Amino acid sequence: MKILQAPFNHGELKSLRAGEHIQIKGHFLVARDAAHKRLYESIQKGEELPIDLDGECIYYMGPSPAREGEVIGSAGPTTSGRMDIYTPTLLEHGLLAMIGKGYRSDEVVKSMVKHGAVYFVCIGGAGALISQSIKKYEVLAYEDLGAEAIARIEVDYFPCIVAIDSLGNDFYKQGRAKSISS
Amino acid sequence: MKIVQASEITQEVVKLSICACRNIPHDVFQAFQKAHNNETSPLGKEILSQLIENSQIAHKKQIPICQDTGMCVVFVELGQDVRVEGGFLEEAIQKGVALGYTEGFLRKSIVNDPLFDRKNTQDNAPAVIHYEIVEGDRLKIIVAPKGFGSENKSALLMLTPAQGLQGVKDFFIQTLENAGPNSCPPLLVGIGIGGTMEKAALLAKKAAIREVGSSNPDERYANLERELMELANSLGIGPQGLGGDTTVFGVNIEWYPTHIAGLPVAININCNAIRHTSIQF
Repeated sequence: MKILQAPFNHGELKSLRAGEHIQIKGHFLVARDAAHKRLYESIQKGEELPIDLDGECIYYMGPSPAREGEVIGSAGPTTSGRMDIYTPTLLEHGLLAMIGKGYRSDEVVKSMVKHGAVYFVCIGGAGALISQSIKKYEVLAYEDLGAEAIARIEVDYFPCIVAIDSLGNDFYKQGRAKSISS
Repeated sequence: MKIVQASEITQEVVKLSICACRNIPHDVFQAFQKAHNNETSPLGKEILSQLIENSQIAHKKQIPICQDTGMCVVFVELGQDVRVEGGFLEEAIQKGVALGYTEGFLRKSIVNDPLFDRKNTQDNAPAVIHYEIVEGDRLKIIVAPKGFGSENKSALLMLTPAQGLQGVKDFFIQTLENAGPNSCPPLLVGIGIGGTMEKAALLAKKAAIREVGSSNPDERYANLERELMELANSLGIGPQGLGGDTTVFGVNIEWYPTHIAGLPVAININCNAIRHTSIQF
């Protein structure tokens, strides 16, 4: 199984293919609905963003609260499609990879191909398992949003599947077609 | 006449809320294992194995199975010979949910107003509570937290009687196709057929917490449950929508008489974290 260091090497990211199982070491951003809305509106207004998106990966996740002595609570992916209207704008501003679950719109896939970006998925519902690979959780911006604040997480052997690669190959389509034909 | 103290109800609802979010029911765990044994897609098998491991970690470390600890749905079966003392039943349950979500480090996902404010209530209250008056002196409380990855993919359709059985099947397929990977398959699908609009939805919700592998007592509906399950698993959606044999763990149907002019059908999609637990006083 491939192990990738995050922030990602753009060349290495482009070599990934839909359906590949990988693990991630390093750190990336965490943001979901409300944070995306604010980032998008700031970009529209020409304001400076509270975080730098250049070369970044965003994990769509809102954790359950951490207990004393724990880094984070349960931490699985949320439905990516809800971020679709904001994603092309974020990709324009340097975003290179995303982690979530579920389908992406045609506009997002087109924009990903244009920018050489990759969309990973991890297992929805496996929040307890995924939390074991998160070593640090630090809120960076929009603290008032609680579970929806922008954070940076440090991960070790974070398990992912390449759902849509930088060429636009979609494993949701490929995997299902393979399953029906077999 | 049985007397139950409101404070006792609150204490038990606290425990039920926490327990439901951290432990999957035994029948669901068995369904995970069975699906893992039968799945022919290697990726699907790997995903099912991760779901099994996830439920074991959640149980052992007492952390939520899924970070979306949901909106709390509560079913109350209140015997007509039960009296609640020392407070109002509704308040006792709501207080239990609020305390449980706070004390149990569960995610608070409820906003005060659906359209305008959308301000987090900070304690996951209010829960959605359904009451049923039953015979005898038992008080049963079922707590079933529901995440919105799957709830958002649930659907209701008022079919015409002429659309009949085929209409139900078509609507079922259409709903599963629309749910795709977003609702975190493998799923348990609850279907409510008949009654009125809201009755069908309530039946679907109840069906979704019926034991995995159980059948409707009416053979015709039991056959339909089996047929729809096979149909769902032939779609190739598979675990997490990435392909495979296991799209659903089961299809549970509940039905009720309806009007000559109607055929309401509600489909409640339950994600792989099929969470619910209960207590009987």
